[in-house]
Formats: sequence, structure tokens, C-alpha cells
Amino acid sequence: MQTSVVIAGFGGQGVLFAGLILAYAAMDKELYVTWYPSYGPEMRGGTASATVVLGDEEIGSPVVRHPDIVIAMNGPSFRKYEPLVKPGGMLFYNASLIADAGTRTDIRYVAVPANAIAAEIGDTRVANAVMVGALAAVTGILPLEALVETVERHMPPARRAMVFPNQEALRRGAQVVAGLGQPVAS
Amino acid sequence: MAKELLKGNIAIAEAALRAGVDAYFGYPITPQTELLEHMSRRMPELGRVFLQAESEIAAINMVYGAACTGAWAMTSSSGPGISLMQEGLSYIALSDVPAVVVDIMRGGPGLGNIQPSQADYNQLTRGGGHGDYRCIVLAPATVQEAIDLTVLAFDLADKYRAVAILAGDGLIGQMMEPAELPPMRQRSRTPPPWALTGARGRPPNSITAFSIAAETLEAMNWQLQAKLQRIREREVRYEAWLTEDAELLVVAFGSVGRIAKTAVREARAYGVRAGLIRPITLWPFPYAPIAQAAARVKAVLVVEMNAGQMVDDVRMAVCGQAPVHFHGRPGGSVPVPEEILERIMTLSKEG
Amino acid sequence: MDEQVVVVALQEQKVYSRPRALTAETTNYCPGCTHGLINKLIAEVIDELGIQENTISVSPVGCAVFFYRYLVLDGVVAPHGRAPAVATGIKRMLPDRVVITYQGDGDMAAIGMSEIVWTAMRGENITAFFVNNANYGMTGGQMAPTTLAGQVTTTSPQGRDVETMGMPTRMAEMLAGLPGSAYVARCATYDARTIRDARNAIRLALRAQMAGAGFSMVEFLSSCPTNWGLSPQEALQWIKQTMVAYYPLGEFKVSEAVQRLKAKR
Repeated sequence: MQTSVVIAGFGGQGVLFAGLILAYAAMDKELYVTWYPSYGPEMRGGTASATVVLGDEEIGSPVVRHPDIVIAMNGPSFRKYEPLVKPGGMLFYNASLIADAGTRTDIRYVAVPANAIAAEIGDTRVANAVMVGALAAVTGILPLEALVETVERHMPPARRAMVFPNQEALRRGAQVVAGLGQPVAS
Repeated sequence: MAKELLKGNIAIAEAALRAGVDAYFGYPITPQTELLEHMSRRMPELGRVFLQAESEIAAINMVYGAACTGAWAMTSSSGPGISLMQEGLSYIALSDVPAVVVDIMRGGPGLGNIQPSQADYNQLTRGGGHGDYRCIVLAPATVQEAIDLTVLAFDLADKYRAVAILAGDGLIGQMMEPAELPPMRQRSRTPPPWALTGARGRPPNSITAFSIAAETLEAMNWQLQAKLQRIREREVRYEAWLTEDAELLVVAFGSVGRIAKTAVREARAYGVRAGLIRPITLWPFPYAPIAQAAARVKAVLVVEMNAGQMVDDVRMAVCGQAPVHFHGRPGGSVPVPEEILERIMTLSKEG
Repeated sequence: MDEQVVVVALQEQKVYSRPRALTAETTNYCPGCTHGLINKLIAEVIDELGIQENTISVSPVGCAVFFYRYLVLDGVVAPHGRAPAVATGIKRMLPDRVVITYQGDGDMAAIGMSEIVWTAMRGENITAFFVNNANYGMTGGQMAPTTLAGQVTTTSPQGRDVETMGMPTRMAEMLAGLPGSAYVARCATYDARTIRDARNAIRLALRAQMAGAGFSMVEFLSSCPTNWGLSPQEALQWIKQTMVAYYPLGEFKVSEAVQRLKAKR
């Protein structure tokens, strides 16, 4: 089984890093995984995205037209990816920045006030990790604790100060959606 | 060694280091720049030569010079830079010195864009510069394979004193995947007898892609062709997947090869007996295995991230045994499994 | 009268011979062309410095290509204009060898301008020999970057028009202006004095490289009687009277390190 996740947002919202948390955790769990970023000038200020495909068999395509799961960090990403989510899939969105109401009935929407929670933690940069924590809790594609450990294990030396805020963000993201959780069928 | 999550460009650079590259010369161009950046840090650390050249023209000629001393030299670039290197590659090819070139292909022609592409196929597999020659061309589909083929590129370049090109694309260069790097290789640094080191205690060595006399140049050419023929006979590599009972054969290379794999797997789930041949050496091309597989199928589908280049080689291989169809995405667009699956399903209904 | 027998001991003393670093084969150069003389001067200095077995040559495209054959050295033929880049690759691998390029004016000043400028900019520790004969010799006398104003060539039949083609390129002055160059000189070979000066410039350039001083370049005003349509004698006169007026002879860059070398001689 394979699951595809697209994380999209403004450049600077840490969508590539959010994808890396998933990719490293998948590798640590000995799953197959690919991480593919949008790259080039669009990374600076425009819309950026990372596509993560993970599963228990060799991964063919690292790119997908219809992802199983999307994390939309901002309005433009929400509007771009809402129609692309695979029927039966899920759209996690940053409710702090996105007021749009979902229009599809064949996918599940999960609103996460990521910026607000990140602000409570004391660092709005970890809004991305809040979303990843919420994704883990609702979908069960990776255990929350695996993500928390991954941040500790793979954060580069220069960014060690960000380990705790990210771990906290993952946990708070999971808490805020507690009760919504049901592993996604795919 | 444990697996690491590695970006393609970094994995290739690190694999080259561990294979034993002595000198790297390069120029920035997206989507391969991380390779150059990685080398700028690691080569000096290891006491090896790194130089950022003023152009790709200079870079390939620096590779030529370093290779003339018996060193393992390499450069990396993308389409526009590879175009500039063709002059140098033509000289290196007839000079019988080893060199490794990495092409992380992007959309063309012209400035094109920086998105993934396979549109350098013809340029890489036909020689690319003037004169009769070919380069060994290796096309990885995964980050692990990019590592393994980088090491192989050095070994083949050294063995045949030829140019070996690693043909990746923006997708392979930019994606991350768990992969395992080989250990650092210890290589003998004794220069080979043909190297330019100063003619101490021996007659001088000359390295040229030149002879004013037609009969001499013809002889040099036939010698080169004999070497290329040996490579054709010994170095063909490909992956055949689910081809035994296939009624529809998909042929795709590099990152499109892996994307097509997903489509083939899904087609099988729908009951269509699809199979895949993924050429790993684009030159020498696996004509024979494709010819054999084509004899058993109703149709062949070639998928490329360009407007149709390898499809010519597949047509030559199939040689009329089955209809050859083409699905391509030029200009930096990446084909997704869904569109390949659609073509497979349509073809299977037609058949 | 007693005959006195005077015995004079005659001892043969060889005062001149072909340099070891120069081939015994007959060259392809046209009669009266000074390429051969410049080849010989370089070979003489290589002998004198004892570096024949330690020197690697990079030959270009054009008449100068045969340098790889006429000099008894390890050598490679580079693509047109790229000799400085090839030399860079060699020198970076073998910093203790003497690496020299030998380039014509089309090669260095037109198609290879980028490579020579960047090699000088990096202060690459190589020596470039530059043969300026004011036209493309091998291809039959076309206009070169160094063709003089008004000079007739096969592609400037009315004479070089500086309004549309610009003024002739002074390579020595240009390269001397770059911070990476250590020694830059322009010489000629039309009489005993200029030949002696040229030999001295070659020697100093190679000594500069051996001392690790950085990039060195020696330009030679060279004759091309065939394409100029002059006799060998007239061609040498044309260099003296016409070329030198625009391309003055002398040293254009002598870095402090090279000045110290010069003082030692």
C-alpha cells in the first residue's frame, strides 16, 4: 500500500521541511519513501510544494496528479489542490489563514488553526509541524511518536534549537484533532 | 552502511567522491547546482581538485586537461551547458582519455526551463559533437541507482578510456529517497603509461584528436569504432519487469521508467498484462531484448519526457513486429502514472 | 735555415646545435615564417633550464597546432581557443610540472578570449606563448583580431575598417592589466637584438612559472610572408616598420616576485 501526500503553501511556510519530517520518519520506520520538491525561483515567495509518497512496496512514481492527502498552508494552495485530492482522500488546511469553505462531498476536510497554535508555542515557523502532527493523528500513516523521534534524530546541528518547538508543534497538532482520527482507507 | 535520505544531486556527487574522482570542474546551472556546491566543499576536504570554471566550455576542457594526466576527472551540468560541452566531448572521444559527465536534464530547447526533461536523449546518445563517436550513457531511475551508476560510469570510462555520461533529470536530481552510499574507495594513483606527466625516462606522449593525414585519421577512427563495438557487445544494461507474459510492452527510461512502473502495476490490477523494459544504458541501447519482447506483444508504448526521441531506437529494435505508440511530455512537464495508464488501457482495448 | 715545424693543435669545439627539445623533422611552416624560429627559441630555453622532462605543452588550432610535434615534450592538442583551460586542468593535477600553451592570434584573441582572460584572472601558474602574425594563417589569411587598421586580408579586401571592426587587439597590454598576471612581454624576431630579447622574455616567463609567480605570457610579432604577399625579408621589415608602431615591444607586467627573479638572474 502507498500513500501520497502533497504539502503546499507560500515559500517560507516550511512546506519542504514538513515533507522532510514525513520522509525521514518513513525511512526510520523502514518504509519506502520519496520526497520531491517544487524547485527554482518559485521557492522564493511563490507557491511551494513537496510531494511525499510512502508505503511498504517499492515506489514507482514520486509525482502524482491526485494525491491521497493534501496539506494546504495558505489560500492559493487550498484552491489549487482542493479539486485534485483523490476521491475519498483528505484535505488538511491551515484554518488560521484559510477562510474558504470546502465544496467537495467526496473528500474529508480537516481544519487546523496551525498559525494560532504555533503562536501559542511561541514560534509561528512551526505551523508546518502542527499540520503534520494533525495529519499523523487523523490518518495514522505514521505514528506521532515516530515523527517526534525523527525531529530529534535528523535536525541538523545548526538548527538544534528548533527540535523542541517542532516536537511540541507535532504533539499540539495531534491533540487539536484528537477524536477526529480514523486511519484513511486507500 | 545504513540508508540515508539523500537528494539525487548530492548522492551523485558523494558517489563520485567515493568512486575516486580526482578533479571536478563545473559551472552553476539548475537543476544540478547542489552537485557543484557539494563538490566545492568535499573535494578540498579530501585534498582533491575543485575549480568553478568560467563556462561549461572551459569546464569540459579542464576535464580534458586533467584526464590527460591520467586523473579521474568529471563535470556536471544541464542541457544548455551540455550543449556548450559538445566541442570538448568530441575531442575527448577521439583522444582516448576517460571522463565522466553528469547531465541533469531540464526543459529545452534554448533556455527552456528548469523543470525535469529527457530531451537531451538524442544529443547524448548520438555523440552530440562533430565526428563519428558515441559516449556511454547511463540513466538512473532511483537515487540508489544514481549512486550505483555514478560508480559504474567511472569504472567504464576508465576501462574503455571513453566518456561516460550519467543522464539524469530534474526529478532524479531534486528528489530525496533512502539510499546507501558505497565506502570510500582507495585507488592507486600511479599514472597510466599514456598519461602526460613530463617525458621523464621515456619518449614523449602525445594526446590528440588530430591528424593532418587522411590515412592516419581514418586508422584512428577505425580504432575508435572497434572500441565502441566492444562496448556495444559487453555493456548493454536494462531492466525487464513483467515482460514474460506481457501482451503490451511499455518502454521508458530514467525517472519516467519508474513512473511507468506504477502505471504498469495498476494496469495489471485492471487485468491488462502490461510489462516494462527500462533501458539503463541508453548507449549502448538494448536493441536485442526489446526486439525479443516485441515479438510476443500486441503493441509497444514508449513514454518519454520529451517529444519523442528514444522512440526512434525502439522502432529500430521492434522493426515492424508490433505497432509502436508514443506518449511524451516535452518542455518540463512530468508524465503522471494516470496518463500512462490511460494510454495502456486504450491500447489494450484497441488490441 | 732549419725548418721549424709548428704544430698547431686544432680542437673541435661545437658552439651551436639543434636544441634537444626541438624535433629533427622538417617543419610544415612556410618559408620565411618565424613560427619555426620561435619554436627553436622556446626549445633552447627549455634545454637551458633543464626542464624538457618536466614540461607539458598544450597546442592550439591553426598553424601553431604543430607545436606538439616539433617540441620534444609531452603534449596535447586542445580545441580552438581552449588551450588555457586544458592547461589549467593539467596544472591543477600536476602543479610541479611546467605547463605551456602556444597559441596564434585567432586562437587566443578571438575564439579563446574568455579562456585566456579567465586563466590570467585566476593567476593560473602557466605560461602562454602568443604568436601574433596579424591574420589567420592556416586558413589562408583572413582578418584576425590583431589585423592592423587598413590591412588587406581575404576577409577585409578593402582593408580592415576600424569603424565597423574596431581597433586591433593588444593582448599583452590587456592581460598585463589583469591582477592575476605576473609577467607579460611583447617581443619580435626580426633581428639579432629582438631575438635575444625574445629569448630573455621566454626564460623569464618560464622561470616565473617555476617559481610559482602566477600567470605569464609572451607575445611574439611573427611574420607570415605567404599570406602577407611579401618576401621573407620584406615581411621582417613590415614587422619592424609597421607592426611595432601599433604593437610596441617591451615588458608590460613584471610583478614584484618576477622583479626579484630578474635581479637574481
